[in-house]
Amino acid sequence: MSKFLKRRKFITAGLATAASASGLGTAVYFADRYGLIPPDHTGIVGVGETLTYATQRLLTSGHSLAREFKRSDISKVPVVNGPHPTDEKYLALLADGFKNWRLSVEGLVARPVSFSLEELSRLPAESHITLHACEQGWSYIAEWTGVRLATVLDLAGARPESRYVVFEPFANPNQSRTVVRALWESVDMADALHPQTLLAYGMNGEALPADHGAPVRLRLARHLGWKNTKYLSRIVITDRRDLYRKGGGTWYGGI
Amino acid sequence: MISEGNVEAAVETASTPRHIALVRITHWIVVLSVLGLLVSGTGILVSHPRLYWGETGAVGTPSLIDLPIPFIIGPSVWNRPFHFFFAWVLVLTGLSYVVGSFITQHFRKDLLPAKADLRWNRIVGVVSDHLRSKRREADAASTYNVVQRLTYLAVVFGLFPAILWTGLAMSFGVTSVFPILATALGGHQSARTLHFACVVLLLLFVIVHILMLCLAGFWRSVWTMITGYVPQGERAR
Repeated sequence: MSKFLKRRKFITAGLATAASASGLGTAVYFADRYGLIPPDHTGIVGVGETLTYATQRLLTSGHSLAREFKRSDISKVPVVNGPHPTDEKYLALLADGFKNWRLSVEGLVARPVSFSLEELSRLPAESHITLHACEQGWSYIAEWTGVRLATVLDLAGARPESRYVVFEPFANPNQSRTVVRALWESVDMADALHPQTLLAYGMNGEALPADHGAPVRLRLARHLGWKNTKYLSRIVITDRRDLYRKGGGTWYGGI
Repeated sequence: MISEGNVEAAVETASTPRHIALVRITHWIVVLSVLGLLVSGTGILVSHPRLYWGETGAVGTPSLIDLPIPFIIGPSVWNRPFHFFFAWVLVLTGLSYVVGSFITQHFRKDLLPAKADLRWNRIVGVVSDHLRSKRREADAASTYNVVQRLTYLAVVFGLFPAILWTGLAMSFGVTSVFPILATALGGHQSARTLHFACVVLLLLFVIVHILMLCLAGFWRSVWTMITGYVPQGERAR
């Protein structure tokens, strides 16, 4: 190959590298600005996590709705994945129908508030018949009744810099040994404000059964099962980017 | 007098690669990502080795297939991020391969069968020759036979897209935008079952592919797919 050709190839390769590097830099800048980078973006698998999350966020930007089903589609056997907590505190609450239970909403809010089960059920309620699928592979259809999380966040006055909403359950010593005992989770604001995201206190027309997360569980119709935190005790709104449960799995559950 | 450029051109024509660089590079990235997907996919599958039809299915409901492997809870959690990482590698590599193949005319030149070859007796002839280990002249030549062409096209444009579709149909985010991806297949669990079925077909292809390599000389074929050229001293065969 002639010297001239070699030099031309070298210059072309150099320009291409510089262009892709600055292209990547610009992409990362805009991705971060428009909330397309998930908290678990680090490491080699973080590349896949980021691509999945960013693609889905761009696709679902218009509050796309999860599929809803007919009443006749409701599964006869809703799967119980791990029984309810058996510590004294939870059992005492369960025994008197959660009369002394309160759900506090705190963090980046104008007015930190807390709700009793009765106060929650006085807020506008809605029901959705949706598919609940575990990342393990099984699934069932049920009807969930509750108040939109968006309504509750609105009452508390979530501040504009809010980025994630963290859900804390009662510690559950009964949970499977392979997972963290307190299965707290976090979702971004797009999912928190989604019209099918409920604080569910009812299931299939009755009060939410203890093993399904009584008194209140998070219900995210566009996510796999593990994101649907059971036995809620506290909701915290945050702008921290590093707050997610590092259990080795993926953070985003819309997969 | 022959100029430098002319010699180069002459050498180039005499040694056109058996596989172009695009095919070689994407082939090996696909091999690695499919391996990663198989391992991580198995890790996900073992947490619930039962397959269903429709939208729902769980222990206690009727299954379509009970795979004869034990339930192992746990690996699915940490295998899933790897599964998605390799899926992205595969999808992006596959896209580069398809776009690049249209540009380089790899599909038209190497994979599209000639009309004359699309007859049953031609196809049956190729298969029976292989079964009797009779290596035709065409085998050592630098083109694919009609069965290879049809199989590779089916894998590229049938099997891989089907695996991608059935995988996406299990995603709640994706089906909230394109519900038809799941409903057209019969539901969430049907998509999962079909995802598995497609992978079984892909495994069958891989097994036959490797068997054929062994017939043609395994290391010779691997070398050719790495360097682009049949090893020295074998070209005369």
